[in-house]
Amino acid sequence: MRIAGKGIIDRAQTVGFRFDGRDYTGFEGDTLASALLAGGVRLMGRSFKYHRPRGVMTAGSEEPNALITVGQRAASVPNVRATVQEIFSGLEARSQNRWPSLGFDVMEANDLLAPFLSAGFYYKTFMWPKSFWEKLYEPAIRRAAGLGALSGLHNDETYEKAFAFCDLLVIGSGPAGLMAALSAARAGADVILADEDSRMGGRLLAEIEDVGGQPGHLWVEGVLAELASLPNVRLMTRTTVTGAYDGGTFGALERVGLHLPNPPADLPRECFWRIVAKRAILASGALERQIAFPMNDRPGVMTAGALRAYLNRWGVAPGRTVTIFANNDDAHRTARDLSQAGVRIAALIDVREGVAQTGDWPVFAGAQVIGTKGRLGLREITLRTASGTEEKIETDCLAVSGGWNPALHLACHTNGRPQWRDDIAAFVPYSGMVPGLEAAGAANGAMSTAAALAEGLRSAEHALAALGLQPKSPDLPQAENGGARLQAYWEVPNAEGRAWLDYANDVTTKDVRLAAQENFRSVEHMKRYTTQGMAPDQGKNSNIGALAVLADATGRGISETGTTTFRPPYTPVSIAAMGAGGQGAGFAPQRFTTSHKAAAERGAPMIEAGLWYRPSYFPRPGEASWRQSCDREVGLVRNRVGICDVSTLGKIDIQGKDAGRFLDFVYTNTFSTLAAGRVRYGLMLREDGLVLDDGTTARLADTHYLMTTTTAAAGLVMRHLDFVAQAFCADWDVRSISVTEHWAQFAVAGPLARELLNSLLDAPLDDAAFPFLSCGRVLIGGVAARLYRISFSGELGYEIAVPARYGEALYRDLVARAESFGGCAYGMEALNVLRIEKGFITHAEIHGRISAFDIGLQGMISQKKDCIGKASSLRPGLTGAEREQMVGLRPLAAEKAFGAGAHLFEPGAQPVSANDQGYVTSVCWSPTLASHLGLAFLKNGRARHGQSVRLVDHLRGTDILCEVTNPVFFDPEGGRARG
Amino acid sequence: MRITCPLCGPRDRREFYYYGSDDYLNRPATDDPEAWDNYLHLRDNPAGQTRDLWYHDMGCAAWLELTRNTVTHEISSVRLVAEPPTADPEATPEPTPKKKAKRA
Repeated sequence: MRIAGKGIIDRAQTVGFRFDGRDYTGFEGDTLASALLAGGVRLMGRSFKYHRPRGVMTAGSEEPNALITVGQRAASVPNVRATVQEIFSGLEARSQNRWPSLGFDVMEANDLLAPFLSAGFYYKTFMWPKSFWEKLYEPAIRRAAGLGALSGLHNDETYEKAFAFCDLLVIGSGPAGLMAALSAARAGADVILADEDSRMGGRLLAEIEDVGGQPGHLWVEGVLAELASLPNVRLMTRTTVTGAYDGGTFGALERVGLHLPNPPADLPRECFWRIVAKRAILASGALERQIAFPMNDRPGVMTAGALRAYLNRWGVAPGRTVTIFANNDDAHRTARDLSQAGVRIAALIDVREGVAQTGDWPVFAGAQVIGTKGRLGLREITLRTASGTEEKIETDCLAVSGGWNPALHLACHTNGRPQWRDDIAAFVPYSGMVPGLEAAGAANGAMSTAAALAEGLRSAEHALAALGLQPKSPDLPQAENGGARLQAYWEVPNAEGRAWLDYANDVTTKDVRLAAQENFRSVEHMKRYTTQGMAPDQGKNSNIGALAVLADATGRGISETGTTTFRPPYTPVSIAAMGAGGQGAGFAPQRFTTSHKAAAERGAPMIEAGLWYRPSYFPRPGEASWRQSCDREVGLVRNRVGICDVSTLGKIDIQGKDAGRFLDFVYTNTFSTLAAGRVRYGLMLREDGLVLDDGTTARLADTHYLMTTTTAAAGLVMRHLDFVAQAFCADWDVRSISVTEHWAQFAVAGPLARELLNSLLDAPLDDAAFPFLSCGRVLIGGVAARLYRISFSGELGYEIAVPARYGEALYRDLVARAESFGGCAYGMEALNVLRIEKGFITHAEIHGRISAFDIGLQGMISQKKDCIGKASSLRPGLTGAEREQMVGLRPLAAEKAFGAGAHLFEPGAQPVSANDQGYVTSVCWSPTLASHLGLAFLKNGRARHGQSVRLVDHLRGTDILCEVTNPVFFDPEGGRARG
Repeated sequence: MRITCPLCGPRDRREFYYYGSDDYLNRPATDDPEAWDNYLHLRDNPAGQTRDLWYHDMGCAAWLELTRNTVTHEISSVRLVAEPPTADPEATPEPTPKKKAKRA
């Protein structure tokens, strides 16, 4: 019911929206909750377990009951709090966890079974037979319980993440937060003021008391106008600071487009912020708590402060005849405000003895509410007077206040434990729980407006002192100074019926007492046994009440009982916001070679190699499968000439007088003796003796080397070199840097490789002066290039490198020339076949458990010097017959295919793990040798060349016999590459 | 988490690669297997002050030695691995004495 003349929202702007298929109208500035209340809707949801009718209880993000689904199909979002969702034209909202309708829900039958459905019921009941739990019981229970459901559809909507930095982050824009922000802003600090609400002002928007001689919300407007005018202030509304992390880092969720009828396509729905602040002030206010009494969960039972917010901010009275039930003075203001607005106050029931009459309504001092009636909404309450008589009162709204809990969650996020304060019967934070963060105002237990303003000012002064800024503090405005006068009161004693603590998870006082009785006496155990505090509100409405009941049941104090652990996020954060940008291609960066476009134009499918994309093969007309293309490319490299982009291999430029000495230390073999203009294959170990990487390194000049790494290990090797250089060689004259992306490099391989190059280079190669494993500078059309005579195919081969900007042009030119020589471009598939035929290793072989001995390269570990990994490589266990050694495999029937990952056994042995002799790492069809081939690791393999092994792949159903061979299948003398 | 790189200033943890204990800086000079076993495999797991190595791989490529507290997460000092430790005891407080488990 809307009250004329009340509220501070814009009544000129009406907004139409739908809830459960019915049309409603509200005003600009309404939340879904305020607009539905104004439209007379009290029933907004069904409870988790018992499907009990529930209405809105609070006016903030802590709402446990009014959880609804917003939006359609893939864009629908479940469990949205109606108190947070702003209405907009076209908003579609639906209630949850009910069938067929919110008013008539057949699962309400669960409520009749409540005597059996107490905490631990499922665990005790559905134990046998064991296998039924997963298949039958759990799915059935899950269908019966629950809140909103996900659409299950892929969501393409935009979310964003962003970073922000500031001197001071002020969390919350009530009196304390505004005062702190104003003070710090005037002193010149870079301030971010964040508030989860759509409108700043906090509680001042919900109360009618004056601040500085004017209505609170007008004082707020004045402060906000000044803050908005300052360049050093950022005001972030709709932004919930959700977590406090190490080093002054905070997580925050901004609702960017969730309140707009037609948001622009590029506007994200939400943005997840990481805010780094030198100092922070927690001015997040306090959350009002309930009192546990029988049947305290009916629609119409609300917190007393929420009623004032609906009345004073939105001009809505949630009931026609309101009763108040409280243990404190604060709730009396609810009676006063409603009465002034013309709402009838049926009674004010205060558990304290001797409470004075404060207005024109009946006051029951020392009395309690002991029961309620009304199936879909409150109709009547029963109270017990101080003298013990019972009385029934007709009322459609009950405003309850059990006091206020400081919203101290963020202060506890780095595992600080709050302290109990008897005078306000609440936990409060203390200074230093999160380094650099100070709580102020109600979040710190200062419960009056005047105290909040003063604490805001003081905390700003502390922050400014830490920042080295001079405070220019504003004067403190006059404000109410009531404070919290209350009597700790948690549960109405000696009353029949279920009394809810955790509304969202349907946990009652009985459940908590049962937990204590069954010896789940630790607060953490009680929480998990009853699920209290595990619903979307994370116990904001129930934790302290449940603690109090547990403390009572176990004969301890609340302080001694302690709280559960506070963890981020403060309110739910959508995974879409945290993972913003990570969908589809955004999942990982993409690296493209300079030849990418040219390869794509030739129709080459791309294969991922780490973050790189490399062409798999180059299909020609008439080729129906990748194998046909690959076989053709292999044949042309072996017989004519082929071109392959090898730029993705890591290239590390190493310079300095000690560069050779450094390479001697990181490689097992010696590079200081390598002549300038020569290239050598090197093997690199980890310090534990296993192989790290391999590759060729060229000595370009006396103090200048160029190392290549495998594509996979480029980053790893760079990091390793930096570590060795900085940790062990800091005083050596050597520097290294990755130049992988600086150079585009192409392999020219095949018998015609030299002819092709000579057609391209400004001056033909002097072959005698440029034998196998040479390197040098050449010119292509006047552009300086580096030429290396190395081969990963086993053929006569060169690799030519040009600055990356010439890469595409050179690649296109090379491929055109290769084709004119009867050759072709070749891709990863052919490259792999060529290297397997030659027994060359990749990280399929050097996979991190392989020693130099295993791949037959123990002879490359120099005896004359130390190197990284040398000491460990000599350990027993890394060499010897018991090691699995690299071998070649040829199926006895050449046409029998097999896959990498297959395991090897003695021909007569059972193919079980106890008999395992080794495994296959690489396989291919070799068109050159007309056979399937494999590289494998086999126990004592080098001594078993010529023997047969049984190859079994349980996954692919392969079971064949293979001959063990030398891993170099083709041209074992290497004459082709040297020729 | 934020780390103050001596070369780049305070940066987000995501710019850094975590390696492991500062034990890795004390490479054995001999072939003694026990020394190598210690170096490669045996680590303390202190509740309190610890020192470990981080690599600024999205920044300046410097290797850093952090002194930090595993309980409070406070980072009390950061130094470049390539530069000798400062003598100032305030700048680099001594870690708690190491109690290395010896293998039987």
